[in-house]
Amino acid sequence: MTATVMTTPLPSRLSRVLAIVRRIVGVPDYQAYLSHMERHHPGCTPVDARTFERERLADKYSRPGSRCC
Amino acid sequence: MSAFAPTVEASHLLPSRLAVSRLLRYLPWVATAILGAGALATVALNQGEKVSAAWLLTAAVCTYLIGYRFYSKIIASKVFALDATRATPAERLEDGRDFVPTNKWVVFGHHFAAIAGPGPLVGPTLAAQFGFLPGAIWILVGVVLGGAVQDFVILAASIRRDGKSLGQMAKEEIGPLAGGTALIAVLGIMIILISVLALIVVNALRESAWGVVTIGLTIPIALLMGSYLRWVRPGKVLEATAMGLVLLLLSLYAGRWVAENPELAPIFTLSGTTLSICIMIYGFFASVLPVWLLLAPRDYLSAFVKIGVVIALAAGIIIVMPPLEMPAVTQFVDGSGPVFAGKVFPFVFVTIACGAISGFHALVSSGTTPKLLRRETDARFVGYGAMLTESLVAILALIAACALTPGVYFAINAPAAAIGTTAQSAAAAIANWGFVVSPAELEDMARKVGETSLLSRTGGAPSLAVGMAHLFSKALGGDGALAIWYHFAIMFEALFILTTLDAGTRVGRFMLQDLLGSVIKPLGRTSWYPGVIITSALFVMMWGYFLYQGVTDPLGGINSLWPLFGISNQLLATVALCVGTTVFIKMGKARYAWITMLPMGWLVTVTMTAGLTKIFSEDVKLGFLSHARMLESAIASGVLPKGVKSIEAAQRMIFNDRLDAGVAAFFLISVIVILGASVKEWLAVTSGRKAVGTAEAPYQPSTLTA
Repeated sequence: MTATVMTTPLPSRLSRVLAIVRRIVGVPDYQAYLSHMERHHPGCTPVDARTFERERLADKYSRPGSRCC
Repeated sequence: MSAFAPTVEASHLLPSRLAVSRLLRYLPWVATAILGAGALATVALNQGEKVSAAWLLTAAVCTYLIGYRFYSKIIASKVFALDATRATPAERLEDGRDFVPTNKWVVFGHHFAAIAGPGPLVGPTLAAQFGFLPGAIWILVGVVLGGAVQDFVILAASIRRDGKSLGQMAKEEIGPLAGGTALIAVLGIMIILISVLALIVVNALRESAWGVVTIGLTIPIALLMGSYLRWVRPGKVLEATAMGLVLLLLSLYAGRWVAENPELAPIFTLSGTTLSICIMIYGFFASVLPVWLLLAPRDYLSAFVKIGVVIALAAGIIIVMPPLEMPAVTQFVDGSGPVFAGKVFPFVFVTIACGAISGFHALVSSGTTPKLLRRETDARFVGYGAMLTESLVAILALIAACALTPGVYFAINAPAAAIGTTAQSAAAAIANWGFVVSPAELEDMARKVGETSLLSRTGGAPSLAVGMAHLFSKALGGDGALAIWYHFAIMFEALFILTTLDAGTRVGRFMLQDLLGSVIKPLGRTSWYPGVIITSALFVMMWGYFLYQGVTDPLGGINSLWPLFGISNQLLATVALCVGTTVFIKMGKARYAWITMLPMGWLVTVTMTAGLTKIFSEDVKLGFLSHARMLESAIASGVLPKGVKSIEAAQRMIFNDRLDAGVAAFFLISVIVILGASVKEWLAVTSGRKAVGTAEAPYQPSTLTA
């Protein structure tokens, strides 16, 4: 575990941290969607990043439970 | 183990050895318990001398550790028997969109950012009028036995039911009547929540050019970020947010520049009524405009600021460790308090909702979060743990409020009806209550934070900002930085509140469309623009009415609206705990039902007492109906009470009193309906008339965590 952390180059470690931050503040995770499509629906063409993001945001702000007092 | 067959002597020794190793294992926990109890005793029993915030913080952290380690464990292992080998909805239903298995730390952060809003900051600040002890005890006991339990139980129940929402679970577990009531109640709660939050922003910004400019600039900043993300660098959210944060800091200085400019300052010095109309217009546009333009970028900004400020507040308090200037208990526990009317029971329990127990969290716990959890066992850390963290935020806010001298605290939080409008009258009124503050001190304080006056800035946000500014400037920058820190704190609170307000308005619009769409078809279509505009305007008018009522109320509005908000939030918690209890009983775990019934019983007692008091109390400061009667007889006698300008104004106030009484009654009736439906269901199952059986999705082994 420690060994892999030590050998991972800094830029990729940084990008991993940034990915976590993005997920915490609620940015739609397009990479997860792509990898899901690749694994489970290899025949289908995934929607592009812009469309995906727009769909996710529209959905997020349409129901209670995404924001609280 | 069996390789060494124990001799007679060894097996004789085994139990005591086990006992010793067990004792050693529990030793740190025993120490934590003793430390926590000692700290709490110091806080509670100290007489005369000022207590350091360190003791309160220690008591809180120890309580959380013990509650998490032992109490949440009972729920996790004995009730739900959470099982890491059981596939979660995120795994079973993975679609790359809603259902995405996610690391537990990320889910924790995401969940915390969603549940933590202005609530835990404002409630404890208002409740500080009773002294720090009643609020502190309720926050600690309430969260461990109530709030965190609710969040965790609803999360676990939702995970076992494919991530269903609270409303769906209420309908399926209890019945359609309970489900329908819960749905309408949520809409009512949103209206009250948004209006009271908007009122807090108005009170923080009225007559403050600096505040108005700084907060006003956050809107173009969000639009700029939104456009950047759409046309310049799509998807580069962190880049855009970093840019937004820099601009946010600049807007702080822009605000000061305007406030110091004699020509510009009057233009941006707005009255309460003007500001409330501005906020309604903002809410309307937030609901109508595409989300990528305004809502989403604001939310990113707000999430960063939120987590950043919570950490900064914790660091500030740990570095400065201020003494608590407020007495442990003030004389206002008898109900004569100026910040809001009502005795410590039941009003401390409705004033502090978020931070102790907040029904709204049940919507988050059954919203996005259950669709993200990778392992079932993570529910304990995310559900129970995140709520403990929010509770800590509430304790920090309480400390910040109680670190102010009581004189200053009451000058900021008491309405003009109680302390008048000049520093002299305020100082005199406060001296009457037994707290010392000089007029010069009050004027000096306002000048130091860059405002003309801090008197009667009710709603909690300004006094928290003064408290935070003191902490931060002691840690960084000294007295000269007070004004910047104060406006920084106001900016972050307003940013927080406005993100709840705009997202809430939009959600409310969708709920209204859903509801009205069943009567008038086209209104339900979210793509039909006139329908969107009509329902948005309608929803804004609903909360806008309560906001306007609050702004023009001589008693300050917070006095009537905040208790209504507390009652409604606790109502939702009651619904959630009813669902939780039903789930327990239907799982065949009726012997553990006390875990959810204990906080539920308490909340029913509290909301009923508070609601009935607000409606029927003979005290005109407290009861809506008696206040209306008082105004009626005042009109009849021709002598209007102080602060009421005309007969029309008095008549409007009478209408508002009766409306508020109606809203309170509606919440109380909802509690009774849902509780009645639940009890009927419980009796049916426990008496054997209905078979034990749950709506849980069947077990499927997980392939992620093997």
